[in-house]
Amino acid sequence: MNLEDKDYRLRVGLAEMLKGGVIMDVTCAEQAKIAEQSGAAAVMALERVPADIRAEGGVARMADPSIIEAIKNAVSIPVMAKCRIGHFAEAEVLEALKVDFIDESEVLTPADYQYHIDKWRFRVPFVCGCRNLGEALRRISEGAALIRTKGEAGTGDVSEAVKHLREINAAMKRLTVMSEEELFGAAKELAAPIELVRLVARTGKLPVPNFAAGGVATPADAALVMKLGAEAVFVGSGIFKSSNPDRRAVAIVTAVAQFNDPKVVAECSRGLGEAMKGISAAQIPQENLLQVR
Amino acid sequence: MYSHLTVGVLALQGDFERHLFRLSLLNANAREVRALPDLEGLDGLIIPGGESTTMNLLLDRFGMRSKLQELCRQKGVWGTCAGMIMLAQEVDDERVKPLQVIDISVKRNAYGRQVDSFHTEVRAELNGKPSLLSASFIRAPIVSRVGKGVKILSEHNGKPILLIQNNCLVSSFHTELDEDLTLTKYYLENLVSVFK
Repeated sequence: MNLEDKDYRLRVGLAEMLKGGVIMDVTCAEQAKIAEQSGAAAVMALERVPADIRAEGGVARMADPSIIEAIKNAVSIPVMAKCRIGHFAEAEVLEALKVDFIDESEVLTPADYQYHIDKWRFRVPFVCGCRNLGEALRRISEGAALIRTKGEAGTGDVSEAVKHLREINAAMKRLTVMSEEELFGAAKELAAPIELVRLVARTGKLPVPNFAAGGVATPADAALVMKLGAEAVFVGSGIFKSSNPDRRAVAIVTAVAQFNDPKVVAECSRGLGEAMKGISAAQIPQENLLQVR
Repeated sequence: MYSHLTVGVLALQGDFERHLFRLSLLNANAREVRALPDLEGLDGLIIPGGESTTMNLLLDRFGMRSKLQELCRQKGVWGTCAGMIMLAQEVDDERVKPLQVIDISVKRNAYGRQVDSFHTEVRAELNGKPSLLSASFIRAPIVSRVGKGVKILSEHNGKPILLIQNNCLVSSFHTELDEDLTLTKYYLENLVSVFK
């Protein structure tokens, strides 16, 4: 692990460029164009949005290359795509397709329940989800250039993303007041490398950008996660499962850019039609949760 | 050292934080520009990297375009990557309507996609002195035409990558991602201070 590696800095660099932006899940060229025209900073190309994966069940895999190609050709903004956790062959395919970012995602069915991908081997940057600081630091030690909360994808319920953001923030704050001996203990508890634990203790923040994902469905949801310290927002099913995707996409981009101005968030929240119906994350049985993957 | 200078960084979307951090290391009075009132009282403005399509849309959505354009024509401005696209005279892509502050034409993402992004050291002619800059090209644009009044300060593989015209500096690459403060200092001394 070398966080100062020039090529790694370049991968983190693209994550820096996405800050203050919205990354939208899209399943076809037409949706990708709607996303770009609304002001999205990037799109995530996939075959089914998380809400459909949740409803239909079955094994969820990397998208068909032809879908990814069509989306790449439709827009000028960065195109991300998801691979299964631990499925480095899918990741290699995505790299060969020249996607700009790979999401090693719990939304797809894991390919390896023991190991994540060794992301240092790749030129393309990776984003990984996490629920707590230990997970975040382990993913960074494996080479992730960007961290996002897992939230509970496909629910339209923002509470899990909120929980994960608060969890990470609180854990980072605790490290900043610890002595060196205590940091060794914390590293053991977090199951994370001591170098990374020391780095967070010194700076009070992750060494890579930290975005929110999972359950964001409204402009106010997006403003909430930004206020809790997220540096950009992924929106999955929230846009294209709503009654008026074009307007909702614009509104969420607006709310993220001006998250500190409630008047702007109020204005852009007007008359958007129905948000995705969703499902309360608290009602999902433990075995059906995506975030535990 | 530069505490008498107030520099805004357009913070609608992009890597504005890295620029704010660099400016703060030099003690400049740095602040985010997110809305119209933030443009008041600035001695200079940086338009950071990010997505030019997003910045372009948000400038209009928040009614900031004409005021920002006015500022960019008077004060010291610096555009990096997407910021260079925003400040150009012409862009090869109708999705972005540039501010037309520097007489160059640019092609978006012309170096390719993220796997084609690269880091290198480039030589630049700053204040008549040769300097070495740490440069990251991330989905970078290419300058396809350079107008008469524009001076090229650096080239890479025969392509202009750092250019200046009066109060406007543009770079197709990022230095704010590394420790290198050379270009930020150059901008404060030769642009912000001069056009204050």
